[in-house]
Amino acid sequence: MRVEQIAVFLENKSGRLAEITATLAAENINIRALSVADTADFGILRLIVDNVEKAKSTLKSNGFTVGITNVIAVEVADRTGGLAKVLKTIEEESLNVEYMYAFVNKTGENAVLIFRFDDMDKAIEALQRTGYTILSGKEICAL
Amino acid sequence: MTLYWEEEMETLPRVGLESIQLKRLQHLVARVYKTVVPYREKMDAAGVKPLDIQSLADLAKLPFTVKEDLRENYPFGLFTVPMDQVVRVHASSGTTGKPTVVGYTKKDIRTWSGLMARALTCAGATSSDMVHNAYGYGLFTGGLGAHYGIERLGATVIPVSGGNTKRQITIMKDFQSSVLLATPSYALNLAETMETLGVDPNDLSLRVGVFGAEPWSENMRDEVERKLNIKAVDIYGLSEVIGPGVAMQCLEGEKGMHIFEDHFLPEIIDPDTGEVLPPGERGELVFTTLTKEAFPIIRYRTKDISRLLYNECACGRTLVRMEKVTGRTDDMLIIRGVNVFPSQIEHVLMGTEGVEPHYQIVVNREGNMDTMAVEVEVSEDIFSDEIKKLENLTRRIQMDIKDMLGVTCRVKLVEPKTIQRSEGKAQRVIDNRQL
Repeated sequence: MRVEQIAVFLENKSGRLAEITATLAAENINIRALSVADTADFGILRLIVDNVEKAKSTLKSNGFTVGITNVIAVEVADRTGGLAKVLKTIEEESLNVEYMYAFVNKTGENAVLIFRFDDMDKAIEALQRTGYTILSGKEICAL
Repeated sequence: MTLYWEEEMETLPRVGLESIQLKRLQHLVARVYKTVVPYREKMDAAGVKPLDIQSLADLAKLPFTVKEDLRENYPFGLFTVPMDQVVRVHASSGTTGKPTVVGYTKKDIRTWSGLMARALTCAGATSSDMVHNAYGYGLFTGGLGAHYGIERLGATVIPVSGGNTKRQITIMKDFQSSVLLATPSYALNLAETMETLGVDPNDLSLRVGVFGAEPWSENMRDEVERKLNIKAVDIYGLSEVIGPGVAMQCLEGEKGMHIFEDHFLPEIIDPDTGEVLPPGERGELVFTTLTKEAFPIIRYRTKDISRLLYNECACGRTLVRMEKVTGRTDDMLIIRGVNVFPSQIEHVLMGTEGVEPHYQIVVNREGNMDTMAVEVEVSEDIFSDEIKKLENLTRRIQMDIKDMLGVTCRVKLVEPKTIQRSEGKAQRVIDNRQL
């Protein structure tokens, strides 16, 4: 029930993000979701793509430092308070969020929240128990 | 069993060695005084005559020679023989102005080759070895100096020189190189390129690496040994004295390099006062050549920081050992009043799990304040998708450097392979200050 996410180290230099996306496009890799976390000196680009292995090897051979981490994708209805409700559950279950980002799927009915927790097993168990839909990598690509 | 090249000279009791040294020193000083005007003028100014040298301790009466003296007498002003007896010149690049030029007679080349053969023997090399000589050929003494020594030893020399790293690896594999001669930073470059190419160092025939020409830390030695699966030993030399083959680490002993004292007389001085320091103390290394003909040098200040170790060595050589050079008096950075040696920073980085040995120190002056940034490449080992973890890493390095040096620096993570790779001497410091 985990989704593999690609993380790429980025120095704060102009054009790096464009280079990465162009590299992936050239290999016909589709980006489903992304987020950039940044500090004064560097950034971390996090990506959900349709072909993790290929994306990793392509980026690596182009000289990027790449890591793969597991994240959890939670599907919620795309309406006011959707995120707030999930976060409330997370708080009640005393789960720690390391980071999160979100995207809305094509039909516009549901939003997908990508979470990284400090304790992933506990998070999966808690979210399933409280009735949330957790998507697999395949399901995300199919959206 | 220890291998020797010239067992008698290498294991001479100190009394015998010192009597040879004194005789050679007296002869040298008399000859230099007679033939080289700049030396004579300096000795006259200091009020010392050749006959004042009655013991090895009298060496301290003689004036020092510094790199500027070579520059002032550019190119051949300090040679002691007519040019028709000089069969080769070498030069080292000066950081400012003209290079410094040194010369060799036929006998000098023979002496030097013998010393390099002696050095290679210290590293366990024999005539059966295939020696991969990746020191640069040309005006730099490294390539040709080692080359002649390898031939003298009777081993096979591969005169591959520096650069073209991929081809070097192919040659190493196909020719079954067993001994590698290179700068330590280039050895790391080779190891890294092997990784990229998917070449397993265990499939090579490399047994030992003889590394020198730039300062390197013990941690870097461990790194090279681990990555190439070889034994890494230190060689020391500088063109002003002869080139490589002034001192050499043996396989048997503890770390430190045997100075070939029958040819070179070492001293350790206080770099500020010029006073000779007692045995065992750390200071600037000074050399006097005892046997060179074309370009002898008296009390040359190397600017290398080391100390002399007189305790017995397991290899049986009685020649004094110099400690690995821990820095140079001139690559020493002064950051907000604190002395910083790049090797100290390297030590911290190499002691940090997962950090690659590629780094650069960038010094700037912002307002009246000196700032130092240490740039470290992010390898897969240290990379994380969480900012917090990367920031913890930089903070830890920063604190370790602060603990070691007492200086706060900025640690900047950079993308892999963005720090320039060494094709010879690695450029570790970029000092942008206009002082």
